[in-house]
Amino acid sequence: MFASNHFFKRRDLINYGLLAILLVVILPLSMDIFRLNLVGKYLSYAFVAMGLVLCWGYGGILSLGQGVFFGLGGYAMAMFLKLEASSPEATAIQSTPGIPDFMDWNQLTALPWFWEPFHSLTFTILAVLFVAPLFAYLIGVAMFKRRVGGVYFAIITQAVAAILTILIIGQQGFTGGVNGITDLRTLMGWDIRTDEAKYILYFVCVAVLFACLLLCHFVLKSKLGRLLVAIRDREDRVRFSGYDVSNFKIFVFCFAAMLSAIGGAMFTLQVGFMSPTLVGIVPSIEMVIFCALGGRLSIIGAVYGALIVNAAKTTMSEAFPELWLFAMGALFIGVVLAFPNGLAGLVESLRERFLTSRKAAAAAPAKQPEPEPDDADELDTNTRAVSQS
Amino acid sequence: MSQQDFVLAVEGLTVSFDGFKAVNDLSFYVDEGEIRVIIGPNGAGKTTVLDLICGRTKTTEGSIKFRNKELTKMKEHQIVHAGVGRKFQNPSIYEDLTVFENLELSFPRGHGVFGALAFRRDAEVMAKVQEIAEIIFLDDQLDQRADLLSHGQKQWLEIGMLLIQDPALLMLDEPVAGMSVAERKKTAELLNRITQDRSVLVIEHDMQFVEDIAHRVTVLHQGKMLSEGTLEHVKNDPKVVEVYLGH
Repeated sequence: MFASNHFFKRRDLINYGLLAILLVVILPLSMDIFRLNLVGKYLSYAFVAMGLVLCWGYGGILSLGQGVFFGLGGYAMAMFLKLEASSPEATAIQSTPGIPDFMDWNQLTALPWFWEPFHSLTFTILAVLFVAPLFAYLIGVAMFKRRVGGVYFAIITQAVAAILTILIIGQQGFTGGVNGITDLRTLMGWDIRTDEAKYILYFVCVAVLFACLLLCHFVLKSKLGRLLVAIRDREDRVRFSGYDVSNFKIFVFCFAAMLSAIGGAMFTLQVGFMSPTLVGIVPSIEMVIFCALGGRLSIIGAVYGALIVNAAKTTMSEAFPELWLFAMGALFIGVVLAFPNGLAGLVESLRERFLTSRKAAAAAPAKQPEPEPDDADELDTNTRAVSQS
Repeated sequence: MSQQDFVLAVEGLTVSFDGFKAVNDLSFYVDEGEIRVIIGPNGAGKTTVLDLICGRTKTTEGSIKFRNKELTKMKEHQIVHAGVGRKFQNPSIYEDLTVFENLELSFPRGHGVFGALAFRRDAEVMAKVQEIAEIIFLDDQLDQRADLLSHGQKQWLEIGMLLIQDPALLMLDEPVAGMSVAERKKTAELLNRITQDRSVLVIEHDMQFVEDIAHRVTVLHQGKMLSEGTLEHVKNDPKVVEVYLGH
């Protein structure tokens, strides 16, 4: 596809292969369904972290409001499932049968208009895919066209997260309020609460994750990927090379929003509820931590980051509930100080050290060392990038 | 003379920063194929003039016409597409990318979001990058990361990034500042080569260099035009002598 720039380098293939073996073979064989379902939940955050790699790691746009898009996707899916769980037969004891239970408790007597289209699965899937990017587009146009960026942008995304949380909690009758949308049962008549369904949904989630990884890989390998780095480093120069920088920022922000929304929908399907606690400021910041810890320049690193931080969170919060938040904060500070490129950067520098020492050993008798294929410097580009910004 | 004859016509240009007029009612005209050098003491507004032409700073009053197209209302990337290229004072390149990638990004194709996604490194791009890299003496460093280049090489790379856009008007802000003597020589040679089929606007302090390249010189002082003409003419202008040598 790219004559001088192979779409997959050997190292990429190994990395994707290892991740696939871990997710498809090792974890399902070694865990019971309860734990595996938790992994599926963590993976739904990995979508958000991947989006942040593109948006923040490459494009330099720090969004502290990715929970908003995660929530938009998750709520869209939850609304569909809730409507299916609220058939007139199932809700016969309510004063208004056929509407979700929380609406009935809030004295609503008819389904609000914006809930109506969520009877259709097709509409729901479209909503998952496009509502979040559309919302991101509006924010992006308002901000990037006016050249608002950096910390100001981060603060505004955070404010949006706060506003949406307040809105969801305040509009209890329409949204389920602070409890969220719970008691989801079936998808097109198929019970999603059984162990078997959870297995299937886990594998669906892994498949969608890999599809998204490939999509991100494609974007990063295209000229757009290099432009994002250029924008991060020298926004002005990019303008004077003839690009409308704001359009690229809007694109990558929308793209990250779409990934987050897909993650949100996968979350709802596997965990069986959606609530404002997944939308607000705290989860949004946690998602940035997953990305930073995994390595903000590595989409695969983001997946590992989401898995590791969440696994640690589950273990730690079971053992020392009070200490967990401090531990997470310390972890974040430690990683940013010691390994600015996260785990992926760490692995990479170890690998490079190993390769150079092996090359040096091989070079001694062979005299003329083979020039390393262009393979190595690209990653180099990535590892060194962050230490500067 | 009709406006058509000028590649660049600046008229009544004024920019005011909170009441301070960095450029004040400035008018000058650059002919097709001319190399014009702007000189002046520090704070005379030289860089600001370039910023105004390329759209980095918004004009308060006056007009800038490039081949009869009004630039003051256009956005930076539109001005670039119209044919104006700008080199900054400090080398402004993408340090995290390779020399090849720096030039490739400046290649004038695929400037939209979807154009960039669909962009391919075809033979045309490869050939053009190779050609430009040879001109700027960097053809054996294409895979080098740009931040590992020397200061002079970075300056050349930025000039190369402009050349690949093939602008009709090239604006250079102190292209030889901070260069070694050898680099300076090579740069003069480079500029002589690339300025043949385009107009150039240069800011420079190095008088030897100015003498080598300038067709005409504009002297700025406190945002206003002090003198204009050949280097010989402005050198002997008593106003210029006073500003440069003091009272």
